[in-house]
Amino acid sequence: MSVDTPDVRSIAELARLAIPAGQEAAHARELAAVLDLFAALAAAPVDGLAPLSHPGDPALRLRADVPVIRDERAAFEAIAPTVSGGYYLVPKVIE
Amino acid sequence: MSAPETSETLVGQLAALNRRETSSVELTERALARARSAQPVLNALITSLDAQAVIDAEAADRARASGQSGALVGIPYAHKDLFCTEGVRTSCASKMLENFVPPYSATVHEKTRAAGGVLIGKANMDEFAMGSSNEHSHFGPVRNPWDSSRVPGGSSGGSAALVAARIVPFATGTDTGGSLRQPAALCGVSGFKPTYGRVSRRGMIAYASSLDQAGVIATTVEDCARVLAVISGFDERDATSSNAPAIDVAGALARPLKGLRIGRPKQWFGAGIEDGVGAAVEAALAEYSRQGASIVEVDLPASAYSIPAYYVIAPAEASSNLARFDGVRYGHRCENPRDLNDLYKRSRAEGFGHEVQRRILIGTYALSAGYYDAYYRRAQQVRRLIADEFAAAFAQVDVLAGPTSPTTAFRLGEKLDDPLALYLADVNTVGVNLAGLPGLSVPCGFSASLPVGLQLVAGTWREDLLISAGHGYQQVTDWHQACPPELVS
Repeated sequence: MSVDTPDVRSIAELARLAIPAGQEAAHARELAAVLDLFAALAAAPVDGLAPLSHPGDPALRLRADVPVIRDERAAFEAIAPTVSGGYYLVPKVIE
Repeated sequence: MSAPETSETLVGQLAALNRRETSSVELTERALARARSAQPVLNALITSLDAQAVIDAEAADRARASGQSGALVGIPYAHKDLFCTEGVRTSCASKMLENFVPPYSATVHEKTRAAGGVLIGKANMDEFAMGSSNEHSHFGPVRNPWDSSRVPGGSSGGSAALVAARIVPFATGTDTGGSLRQPAALCGVSGFKPTYGRVSRRGMIAYASSLDQAGVIATTVEDCARVLAVISGFDERDATSSNAPAIDVAGALARPLKGLRIGRPKQWFGAGIEDGVGAAVEAALAEYSRQGASIVEVDLPASAYSIPAYYVIAPAEASSNLARFDGVRYGHRCENPRDLNDLYKRSRAEGFGHEVQRRILIGTYALSAGYYDAYYRRAQQVRRLIADEFAAAFAQVDVLAGPTSPTTAFRLGEKLDDPLALYLADVNTVGVNLAGLPGLSVPCGFSASLPVGLQLVAGTWREDLLISAGHGYQQVTDWHQACPPELVS
């Protein structure tokens, strides 16, 4: 399957990855090769089969509806790149 | 090659401790010394816990002296560096988490610690467990103790190398598409992947959540089984943890091979299997036959789709799981971002290595509008086809057997420029993860002086059959006792 550099740019944008322009062509080639591999799936006899998302189709287990209060703010702020006054700091988006 | 001392196995070390022939401090200091000596060659550890390990060993010796017992009291071991360890760096072999010190511990670590194990370090691995050669680590590649010009396999390559070099009797690992079994095969040790849901995933940094499963690498199947008994069990903090009945390890170890029904899937012996690998595995099947097991041919035609199905599903889940690494709350953050989007994009591009970025792009593509049905939904249908086919096979046989890896360990760099070739090397292992089955690799011989692994697979929750089949084989063969000559001290 053909994949070109605008395709890579578009997917990279969706994935929030800054791919350098010099690497786009390599990513396009690699992605095209993987998509060729995926083409084999079209021949699989799966008509009528329900998709399997987890082995054994486990039922979603619900926990008791009991409030649990855990104050882990300090532990999580300790590993953040930048925090101040209880907030995670990020660059301005709107001037 | 030469046989290891009994004290290099978990069972042997526990016996020596019980007889007071050694102490945990002695075992731990020896493990640390061996690790230091091997590190310049193997690069198997990302973080070494020298001082803390000795403190923990002293505590274990005091506990043992006061009569306290535990399945691992005083035994040195290593964790793959994706199990969160409170207060100890957990990098996932990524620049993204190079300085990440988790605020809590994985359930697996809570259990090994509660059982008295002495953690000596965090093992190197492929970044975010994505790889089959351990060449994709921010901290450099791991090398195979049998031949340092070759890869140890991956992604639990550091764990396998540490056990193969007899530095620790066991190390934990994870298996998303073969990441315990394949490095165990390439390093000549035993690697055990339990049934999906048997071991808690809480605190394991996620790659592909519906496939990831924690397990263990050790020199013997008996050691694997003893560690598995410690780390398995229901965990209410993992939504996919199961409360399946515990494994009867003692019963499984005592069961003879006679009467075992072994299926030989013809697709596992297809094109691409190295001659020496095929010969070693056939010899292993002949040994089972001599011991009274029956061997029957099994047809698994859907296994032809396991590689494409896996490489849709795993990257799709990875692209979602790794979205949390955005440079905001923890992990790597780029310098001087222009705005929030720039912060996200450059932090992720700088923090993730090439293979991780490649899989994120593949997964994002497979999940994107217009391709979801053709790729992701269809791959999940194929997943059911594969699971149903395995289930039908296990109505006829107890275990399936074949080569773990089509080749022995390859040279570093040999497949780096051809990622597809590396993906295809997972041909016999990924189907097991898609179906969530337990799998085991045991050493079964050599091809051109490099170890060969025999893969054994059982039905859901039938780890007991793998323990019986693997341990029984190791009672009548000595391949698992071979260790790399240059690393025998």
